[in-house]
Amino acid sequence: MNDILAGLVEAGRLVVTLDPDLIEITLRSLQVTVTATVIAAAIGLPFGAWLAVNRFRHRRATIAVMNALMGLPPVVVGLIVYILLSRSGPFGVFGLLFTPAAMIIAQVIIITPLIASISHQAIRDLWAEYHDLLISLNTTKRQRIHALLWDGRRALLTAALAGFGRAIGEVGAIMIVGGNIDHATRVLTTAIALETGKGNFALALALGFVLIALAILVNFLIHGLSRTESESRW
Amino acid sequence: MIRKLLTACWAMCLMTGLASADGLKLAVTTSFHNSGLAEVLLPEILKDTGIDVQLLVVGTGQALRLGEAGDVDAILVHSKAAEEAFVAAGHGTHRREIMYNDFVLIGPSDDPAGIAGTATAAEALERIAAESAPFVSRGDESGTHKAERALWKAAGIAPEGSWYRAAGAGMGATLNTAAGMNAYVLSDRASWLNFGNKGDLALLFAGDPVLFNQYAYIPVNPARHPHVNEDAAARLESWLTSPRAKALIGGYEIGGETLFTFNAVPQ
Repeated sequence: MNDILAGLVEAGRLVVTLDPDLIEITLRSLQVTVTATVIAAAIGLPFGAWLAVNRFRHRRATIAVMNALMGLPPVVVGLIVYILLSRSGPFGVFGLLFTPAAMIIAQVIIITPLIASISHQAIRDLWAEYHDLLISLNTTKRQRIHALLWDGRRALLTAALAGFGRAIGEVGAIMIVGGNIDHATRVLTTAIALETGKGNFALALALGFVLIALAILVNFLIHGLSRTESESRW
Repeated sequence: MIRKLLTACWAMCLMTGLASADGLKLAVTTSFHNSGLAEVLLPEILKDTGIDVQLLVVGTGQALRLGEAGDVDAILVHSKAAEEAFVAAGHGTHRREIMYNDFVLIGPSDDPAGIAGTATAAEALERIAAESAPFVSRGDESGTHKAERALWKAAGIAPEGSWYRAAGAGMGATLNTAAGMNAYVLSDRASWLNFGNKGDLALLFAGDPVLFNQYAYIPVNPARHPHVNEDAAARLESWLTSPRAKALIGGYEIGGETLFTFNAVPQ
């Protein structure tokens, strides 16, 4: 219990004094995860909607696989991305390993199935409601997907935030592909793992509290900006 | 509103492209990093040579793999046999000894196996095995783990049984495990002195010459990996073997104890 208290005190001290190292790794955490979330949403949201609207042969199997991939083990993703981006691997020439770009790639792979799955669920329900209307208006598939994505934007925001939540707290993959290099690829979660390894539990916990606060702050901010639950329209 | 959000997000994405810095990637062992010496040396290296050394802190096993794949420019590790095999296989150009520190045996302060009074490391390990006192091993193919296995072998013991626990983790995590179990553990002195969660553990045995721990610097072979920063690796090597490095390494102390002994031979 004393460790937790010491962690809270340390977290307060770091935030109040605007510790430069803390600000640096916090910004990098945000930068990597926000970028990964935007890319994953750009892939996952349309894909989820497309799956809801289209009927094809292996649709069930595709959805089942996508749902299973929500539980993709980050450390395995990290290892595979590491092998692909390694100088001896197929994409080695780009020199991306141990850069924030590599961390973003790993996180995109981890959270895209999650975002696609949740958005598919949401769009499917909406599609049941809109089906007759959109068919009778003789819309193209593209128009239908566009209309569903726009009208389902609140639910899709939740999908994106779920992806953000999984990515910001992830450590297994980014430790392997980022390497936890000070001033280059160190983020909040890898710093926590490092400080725990050094036995500095108070500092590790303090960083943990900052991470939790950050996740809450981002969620509030997004909800505030998009004015959820505050207007009659949805 | 969503449009505004997206604009903000894309602005962040664009910033990502500018964030990558150029420098020399050096894979080092956790024990070297935990010693805190890196924090003294890196700013001086930047000041003297202009090289921005980016440390990848991994176990010796992984450091050698990173060097093999050409993902780092040089490595600084401590496992002589593995290093010589690495150079012999053509992955590195040569091996340059820089400095050494030593391993110590840590255990519960009441010392149930009575290793504090023993004369050699082998005898100390024999007592731990005879008592079946809990012992935590790194178990991760790191330099420290290899050194530990060599010590057991020298003592003629094949450690197994419920008292011998392989943590499969870095030095700090293994010390945390040992502190939690109140077990014996082999650590490098620097990691132990810097460790923040000592619990009931104490340093019980040290000083046997077999416990000396030699660190060596190996540049990755540019013939095999043309992209490595060969020039910076060579400049870093001459800095690490210079009188300036000698003074900094020899002068580094924790709690009044000198940790490293500089022993690079000038060329």
